[in-house]
Amino acid sequence: MTDTGTVAITVSVNGVAHTREVEPRLLLSDFLRHKLGLTGTHVGCEHGVCGACTVLLDGYSARSCLTLAVQVDGCTIETVESQGTQDALGPIQAAFRDHHALQCGYCTPGFIMTVADLLEHHPLENDEDIREALSGNICRCTGYQNIVAAVRELAKARGPLT
Amino acid sequence: MKDAGLSVEMRPKMVGSRVKRTEDPRLLSGTGQYVDDLHPAEMVHVAIVRSDQPHALIRDIRADAALDVPGLIGVYDFTDLEGEVSPAIPSSRMRNYYATPIWPLARGKVRFVGEAVVAVVATSRYAAEDAAGLIEIDYDPLPFASDPADAACHDAPLLHEEAGTNVIISREFQHGDIDEILHTAPVVVKGRFRMTRKSASAMECRSYLAQWDKRSRAITFHTSSNIPGIVRDVLSSSLGLPGHRLRVIAPEVGGSFGGKGSLYAEEILVCALARKLERPVKYVSDRLEELSSCSQAFDEWMDAQLAVDEQGHFLGLKADVIGDIGAYSIYPWTGALEPVQVISFMPGPYRVEHYHGRVRGVLTPKPATGPYRGVGRPSSTFAMERLVDMAARKLGMDPAEIRRRNLIRDEEFPYRTAPGIIWDKSAFQECLAAACDGADYTAMRAWQEEARAQGRWVGIGFASYAELTGIGSRIAVAPGMPINTGTETSTIRIDSTGAITADFGIASHGQGLETTLAQVVADELGCAFEDVRVRQGDSEVAPQSTGTYASRSAVLAGGAATKSSRVLKAKVLRAAAMLLDVSEEDLEANGGVIRSRSSNAVLTFREVADAVYNRMGAIPHDKREDLVSTETYDPYLGTACSSTHLCMVEVDLQTFGVTIHRYFVAEDCGRIINPMIVDGQVHGAVAQGVGAALLEEIHYGTDGQLQTGSFVDYLLPLASNMPDIGIAHVEAELPNNLGGFRGMGEGGTIGAPAAIANAISDALSPLGVEIETLPATPDRLFRLVTAKTQEISSQEGNKK
Ligand code: FES
Ligand code: FES
Repeated sequence: MTDTGTVAITVSVNGVAHTREVEPRLLLSDFLRHKLGLTGTHVGCEHGVCGACTVLLDGYSARSCLTLAVQVDGCTIETVESQGTQDALGPIQAAFRDHHALQCGYCTPGFIMTVADLLEHHPLENDEDIREALSGNICRCTGYQNIVAAVRELAKARGPLT
Repeated sequence: MKDAGLSVEMRPKMVGSRVKRTEDPRLLSGTGQYVDDLHPAEMVHVAIVRSDQPHALIRDIRADAALDVPGLIGVYDFTDLEGEVSPAIPSSRMRNYYATPIWPLARGKVRFVGEAVVAVVATSRYAAEDAAGLIEIDYDPLPFASDPADAACHDAPLLHEEAGTNVIISREFQHGDIDEILHTAPVVVKGRFRMTRKSASAMECRSYLAQWDKRSRAITFHTSSNIPGIVRDVLSSSLGLPGHRLRVIAPEVGGSFGGKGSLYAEEILVCALARKLERPVKYVSDRLEELSSCSQAFDEWMDAQLAVDEQGHFLGLKADVIGDIGAYSIYPWTGALEPVQVISFMPGPYRVEHYHGRVRGVLTPKPATGPYRGVGRPSSTFAMERLVDMAARKLGMDPAEIRRRNLIRDEEFPYRTAPGIIWDKSAFQECLAAACDGADYTAMRAWQEEARAQGRWVGIGFASYAELTGIGSRIAVAPGMPINTGTETSTIRIDSTGAITADFGIASHGQGLETTLAQVVADELGCAFEDVRVRQGDSEVAPQSTGTYASRSAVLAGGAATKSSRVLKAKVLRAAAMLLDVSEEDLEANGGVIRSRSSNAVLTFREVADAVYNRMGAIPHDKREDLVSTETYDPYLGTACSSTHLCMVEVDLQTFGVTIHRYFVAEDCGRIINPMIVDGQVHGAVAQGVGAALLEEIHYGTDGQLQTGSFVDYLLPLASNMPDIGIAHVEAELPNNLGGFRGMGEGGTIGAPAAIANAISDALSPLGVEIETLPATPDRLFRLVTAKTQEISSQEGNKK
């Protein structure tokens, strides 16, 4: 810790290494949104319930509102901005668009990052499985049906977990 | 097709298609911009110290300790804004009404836990919260009545002394002699129904950013609101700034469902501070603040009775409703919006000759209630549909049959209900039939029989309702409200590059209006969908607008888009006719290309624009018209959107948890602009209805404290709570408005609580349990079942 009470951290975010002095209490969500300007990650509850703030931390989904920036020193973070751009949507984003799996879009980045983890690590064998796997993220707009449809299609395209 | 006025060759192509949304790429890639994503230079942050008292005088505010916090800019209470702002007054022409003034910060007295008292401004939100934590407020607690029935008593402590009462709203509808009917009817069923308090809980919390421009002495205010035009107008008087020095923008808005559809004290506050400090000022509410100070929903007690003859025909209905409207009358809708709609819509889509509805809206020390998806009708439909099922059970009649006998029939439209609402022709009966067909009602009953034989608690529930959508200028959306909610304006322009911009006052917050309105413009103007850019949610692009709420945008903005496109198209064709030297009648426009029917001559919109604007003399100077049109649409009356929901649920014998096995919605929403978006609205609205039915309840203790201050206590539906929802669209006859659209965004929330309550009551009917309070939580169901089982066993004991 420095005299000013800040801590130097180095984090790889979406493939780019960032070194910053941060207060120990700075939330990862605030670090990403307000220090790095990656505002795709959203905050819906600040206490770990809604999943809007979900990012990948070393490849696994994590709640950035419950993680301190200093905890991810030396780690790899991926946010929704890593998944594709407006002109070249990634596969999860494209499936969400095709299935109308978003309305206001506020929960969407969190869902996308959760699904990125699920596709890597979760069998997603049937709808019940998919619904259970998605139940850590809240969407107030869609009633989930179209999100489930998007994930069903992505899981099918992926095939069984190896 | 009525009123569409289109020749066969120009039949719409975009309207009716599952067009993918224009909004999506930016929202999916994290490039959308919500208010909190904006970071102007020099911006400062507000943290708010809120009341921890339900009703108290503010004796002293001590901020000394806060002043040393690094980064602190200032600490402000109401005295610091005295003379700089005037309050917003939610006025109405209603009799016996008191309009509670809305100030940015509490003035000497607090009236609910969560009311804003002190604003702390600092260079970061962290610093602002550090300082806020060091501020001490001394209160002199005052007595209060938290229960609306207590608060309505004449000797109850008053929240607003000036009103002289806590009952600031009272209204009655009387048609026929209900007491005589109740006295003589062969069957009367009754209940004391309770729809508890809810929170709209959009995933984005309320967020505000006001920027003061020193050069033009103007404010640009970004707000997560679905009524930016109303906010502009009220802030204009509150801050004393003309509209051209006050621009209100609702950028991406992360849902509202009504929660962001009223003016908030914090909106006045942030603008006043920005002007005072001459710096950009941002306030973003956190979830606790959202649950304790955003407008809340419903909260009614409804004593209701239905009289029925032996054949199941409804004879009369009586309802006495108390609405707990919280501590303030909300701006602009007033506290009457929700409770008055309950009695206005209680007879539902049925023939009810004799009706007496009475409502009182009572002030209590809680956040104001305001609009929430469905407004009034989730409660009224819950009470009425429960009565309908209770009557059917008493008569031994199938719940589908009793509805069939009482739903308004085709030949009866337009039908004027006892409270004076006029239903235009809509598929009331057909939706019931379509729900039974689509969900396979017969098979559901068979399945239920099997499950029951195994001792399982499985039940089936219906809910039929109609809502008034797309309301024009004949009546204000809220009773007696002096704001024009009956019109919307659209300006469409083709500029010198050939780009088409369509401006609207409405404010999309998840509905995909940028897509649907572009679909309407593309068809009506004959241009390419991709060439249309829709601008909305910005007070600068329309002279007046009230925004997006009350299922009005498809009807009103769609109508304005249609009118404006038609005027502009005529201008484009007039110019093209001159350029091609043919008659206008010889031309047709489609997909951005103008063709002559008689020759092979072709012009693009872009070429026409180029000729009009850039090529001097291409069009005779006295015939040249700018390619711009502004038109306002007023549907005058509203149009009915009708629906029947049908579901099957199971109550777990051990946990008393409810699982929804099947859910089906049949609805008539007129001509559909985008079926993908319409289905999405149904899914989302049903989910909110499921929340209201099974999970969501804002709870205040008798000490006036909020007991549900997080999403751990206030439960929202999750993917695992929701079934797949089947949908059938019934299109009986298009309504008599421009475009043939009906509003449909709210219906799911209206039908689902009633349908689920009926299904649970059906599941538990062997025990005689009738659901009267929502949400039907496991705890409530356990108590109901235990009480009934004890009753039954003590009766059996007595018999022995
Ligand atoms: S914001 Fe992190 S879980 Fe809700
Ligand atoms: S799309 Fe609005 S919360 Fe999910």
